[in-house]
Amino acid sequence: MRAVMFTKPSRRLRAALVLPLGLLLTGCDWVVLNPAGDIARQQANLVVVSTALMLLIIVPVMALTGLFAWRYRATNTAAAYEPDWDHSTKLELVIWSAPLAIIIALGSITWLATHLLDPYRPLTRIDATHAVAPGTRPIDVEVVALDWKWLFIYPEQNIATVNELVLPEGRPVRFRITSSTVMNSFYVPALAGQIYAMPGMETKLHAVFNQTGTFNGLSANFSGPGFSHMHFVTRSVTGQGFDAWVAGVRKAGAGLDRATYLALDKPSEQVPVIHYANVAPDLFDAVVNMCVRPGKLCSGEMAAIDAKGGTGKSGLLNVAALTYDKQGHEQVVSSNPGFADASLRRFVRDWCADNRPLRAAVARDAAPLLVRSRPLS
Amino acid sequence: MTNPDQTWSPLLGRLSLDAIPYHEPILVATFAGVAVGGIALLGVLTYYRLWGYLWKNWFTSVDHKKIGIMYMVLGLVMFLRGFADALLMRTQQAVAFNGNDGFLPAHHYDQVFTAHGVIMIFFVAMPFVTGLMNFVVPLQIGARDVSFPFLNNFSFWMTTAGAVLVMASLFIGEFAQTGWLAYPPLSGLAYSPGVGVDYYIWALQIAGVGTTLSGINLIATIVKLRAPGMTMMRMPVFTWTALCTNVLIVASFPVLTAVLAMLSLDRYVGTDFFTNDFGGSPMMYVNLIWIWGHPEVYILILPIFGVFSEVTSTFSGKRLFGYTSMVYATVVITVLSYLVWLHHFFTMGSGASVNSFFGITTMVISIPTGAKMFNWLFTMYRGRIRYELPMMWTVAFMFTFVIGGMTGVMLAVPPADFVLHNSLFLIAHFHNVIIGGVVFGTFAAMNYWWPKAFGFKLEPFWGKVSFWCWVPGFWLAFAPLYVMGLMGVTRRMRVFDDPSLQPYFIVAALGAGLIACGIGAMLVQFAVSILHREALRDETGDPWGGRTLEWSTSSPPPEYNFAFTPIIHDLDAWAEMKSQGVARPLEGFRPIHMPRSTGAGVILAGISMVFGFAMIWHIWWLAGASLAALLMTAIAHTFNYDRSYHIPADVVARTEAERTRQLALTEGA
Amino acid sequence: MSTADLTAQYYDLNEHDHPEGGSTQLGFWIYLMSDCLIFAMLFAAFGVLGANYAAGPGPKDLFELPLVAVNTAMLLFSSITYGFAMIEMQRGRVGGVKFWLVVTALFGAAFLSIEMYEFSHLIADGATPQRSAFLSSFFTLVGTHGLHVTFGLVWLGVLLVQLSQHGLIEANRRRLLCLSMFWHFLDLVWVGVFTFVYLMGTLR
Repeated sequence: MRAVMFTKPSRRLRAALVLPLGLLLTGCDWVVLNPAGDIARQQANLVVVSTALMLLIIVPVMALTGLFAWRYRATNTAAAYEPDWDHSTKLELVIWSAPLAIIIALGSITWLATHLLDPYRPLTRIDATHAVAPGTRPIDVEVVALDWKWLFIYPEQNIATVNELVLPEGRPVRFRITSSTVMNSFYVPALAGQIYAMPGMETKLHAVFNQTGTFNGLSANFSGPGFSHMHFVTRSVTGQGFDAWVAGVRKAGAGLDRATYLALDKPSEQVPVIHYANVAPDLFDAVVNMCVRPGKLCSGEMAAIDAKGGTGKSGLLNVAALTYDKQGHEQVVSSNPGFADASLRRFVRDWCADNRPLRAAVARDAAPLLVRSRPLS
Repeated sequence: MTNPDQTWSPLLGRLSLDAIPYHEPILVATFAGVAVGGIALLGVLTYYRLWGYLWKNWFTSVDHKKIGIMYMVLGLVMFLRGFADALLMRTQQAVAFNGNDGFLPAHHYDQVFTAHGVIMIFFVAMPFVTGLMNFVVPLQIGARDVSFPFLNNFSFWMTTAGAVLVMASLFIGEFAQTGWLAYPPLSGLAYSPGVGVDYYIWALQIAGVGTTLSGINLIATIVKLRAPGMTMMRMPVFTWTALCTNVLIVASFPVLTAVLAMLSLDRYVGTDFFTNDFGGSPMMYVNLIWIWGHPEVYILILPIFGVFSEVTSTFSGKRLFGYTSMVYATVVITVLSYLVWLHHFFTMGSGASVNSFFGITTMVISIPTGAKMFNWLFTMYRGRIRYELPMMWTVAFMFTFVIGGMTGVMLAVPPADFVLHNSLFLIAHFHNVIIGGVVFGTFAAMNYWWPKAFGFKLEPFWGKVSFWCWVPGFWLAFAPLYVMGLMGVTRRMRVFDDPSLQPYFIVAALGAGLIACGIGAMLVQFAVSILHREALRDETGDPWGGRTLEWSTSSPPPEYNFAFTPIIHDLDAWAEMKSQGVARPLEGFRPIHMPRSTGAGVILAGISMVFGFAMIWHIWWLAGASLAALLMTAIAHTFNYDRSYHIPADVVARTEAERTRQLALTEGA
Repeated sequence: MSTADLTAQYYDLNEHDHPEGGSTQLGFWIYLMSDCLIFAMLFAAFGVLGANYAAGPGPKDLFELPLVAVNTAMLLFSSITYGFAMIEMQRGRVGGVKFWLVVTALFGAAFLSIEMYEFSHLIADGATPQRSAFLSSFFTLVGTHGLHVTFGLVWLGVLLVQLSQHGLIEANRRRLLCLSMFWHFLDLVWVGVFTFVYLMGTLR
């Protein structure tokens, strides 16, 4: 009776489960497995390949489980019974080496794929058949996750948008990504896998669209009460379409200076698409360095000072220029300037300038940061 | 809702009437329900004059069996709370489409998913496995209690104090709205100024003390108190997994303690560990918390692997296949679990070499895990499998867990993780291993060891009803999540724009409903079993034909577990004793040295809870006073040198004679 | 083999009481290792954040090595004197034990006083834990160690009272042994602090 109860409904139930799943499989657009960008396509292939590799061992295990569970049920007295059989070197060898073999295969694939699909690695191909033509310049997009919307800056085009990402099909894109407040994750499933957007840090992503179309983009990492609405329209358009769109944005958009950015930085939800024509120079670098607000010391400058051993006890009171959001995010956007005035800036410059190797290092790693030592507009 | 600009008063700190969420109907209704139920419970306890009994025989008891049972009760109560959160989320996500905002505002919904994760891991899964280890390990190694019985009681009450704080946040103030690991900067003062994260911190810190101490306790127990002849390689597999789990606990919970301490310093003192400015590093938090967090999942699953090993071997009527490789697999998993933490954040921009290193170490874990799976499989091979409930859960586990393992390895491939991380696929994966592994395993263990704990078996019909609701319910609830993960749907969303997703969420909600039926059936199973306990009674102490020592004593075991300590000659000690026809000694009983009950554990944990509450609400005078009280009580406790007593030989003789009489009755029947 | 022999083979019929506290030393060792892990995390945090001065002062500007060296000597001496207390315990002389414990406590208190002097000076100068991640991790690491020493002193005081009450009974010997492990452990941690925080900080 027990065995009957265990097995019979099991088959029926499993059929009842598998049927609707099969139906779902056929009728839907699974963007992760069927994306529009080459990077996401390769990542999807990896999902499929790793599944297939593992099924090599999972299917036999499940079949054996079912077989043994049924065959050696207590009521089946015809089956062999060896209560003291507990060891077989041959079997042990198989059960350790079979998974090992699979993992060696999958591990090699992983090593290769992780390096090839490293989001920091510039693209070498547009798709499976086309390499990136030599001399192709990728389009740059700077992405800032704000509470709770996305800002996209196109430095070359000198435009910016909120909650709308438009990219030309077939041209490599180079994203620089950061966040203003908390951790988010920049994710356009149709284009490429996600990467975190983190305050005070910059992450990179290289990708390309191979088809035109309209797709969903979103924050994949929880970032507070407005998180659910933190998604954006992603459109892949033709090269001409892109140029036309840029021209349209230029014509219609207002400027994005630092004051406008700081106003935009205030928390808001369900923000409609906004276009900006003129973007303040180096805005993105200032965001990464948490020094958009006048009077703030950029974190890159701070790091350069720290690499020199700090400023000694004289630097103890230099707090307001460093405060970004420790006292609350409202403090960032309200008018509460620090006192990183001209004299402090001169001090910073002098401090960092008496050492050539250091200056070279700063020039290499933090060039945009020192530029901001100029008086701010 | 807690207002960030709230005022602070010397007497009550941040606490004021505003902290009571009387404007949120769901919470008010819940509170009313809890209050009515609570008052009814208190009334019943008072009416039947059970307070003294509970205090004397349970709350202050240092008996590892009773503490184990209390852990299970705590886990079960918190399971109901955590599951209620799950139902809220499933319902919200099933209705919040087409501009419908659902019934949970962000402030509430964000607390619900945070609380769900925290409760299910810390106050459900942890008490379950700790309870099982507490109950079973001393019995399996032929010991009379754990190494530090008072500490055991104290650990339990500290865990409970943490749970009470989490529950209190429901009605006084708010819980964290950050996700269960509370990443800064979101969990920092700047973005979470309310009491929510403070509840989180103090609940986990207080419970964490209990967990660490119980880990130390069980390691010492297993190392020091094994019966003569029980070498390491003659330890039952469950004890082995318990040993490894407790090593993991001791070697990982301090990390959690340290990282939460740093977070609280950021929040209370204004330090700069995880701030954006002043040189802080939020990513350090993410690294540190996962250095605890990944071993944590093995803390949960390893003892459950042990449960399945015991169950498979017992109900197949066979020795466990490949005991040695099972032990090595467990140890390998223990070590490897420290080398994989970064796979939780491949997407934070580590280099390709770092990512692939951690990806590959993660995959390597699947080798020993796979070996375990095969070992269970070949234990069933040429066995005589009796499909009692524990074995049914085991087979369901084997089918479910392999899928979870497979999706886990997929997530371990960094580029694949880039598209699946933070998606519902990930959610489905870890529920697949935690429900399919830890929850199913706990149910197997409950059905398996219940007769040992209470002297009667669980009633099988309602157990099967529960089983047949749970297993399909699980797949119904989580298969749509796998699918939606592949559709690019991410976690922790409160509302959705794409109406084509709604059917999937409705199916998932139906699955959750089916699981709810499974939970209901399980509660009915407990009630029916208690009502019919005479018919279900186990007089033999060995209802399943067990193989390990716990089945050699009576059900429930006497306070001293074993009148004479058994001597071990083989791995399956009890099976060997049965096959040799070893007779129980019937005379020559000696007085047995036992630890004495003490109320110190309850009192210390209670004071700790008050301290935590005072810190949460910035009631500084109370925090100071309770800290002083805590120290004084602890010191006073050390002045008590009289901590043990002897059970007189004639009491032991009477208890054993009663058992002899019972055994004779069953043999006669 | 007779039934009785078989029973005797499988049950320990002549069992004696297990001595109480047989696991204490092992348990305390494991506890120390878990505590060590907390310090390891704080060291790690200092390793990550220790150079983030936030454009403020660094170790060279703040630390006074001679003072810290004196402080280190206090703690090292206290470990030695605790060792003398343990020797007296072996000889069964409760008076000697108490004497050396008091000496140990005095050295410990001196250590704490110097540390508090150092902290108060830093804070008075404005080098507070809030000023930079470096100072946060410095104060937390050193402060946690100081908190442990404080706790050790309280324990030591309690043990002195208990020694007066009960003398060198087995339970008190066990407690003395545990405190000795605790005290030497703190000494070891301090050697790490002195090396990694103070020496390497000022020499860097």
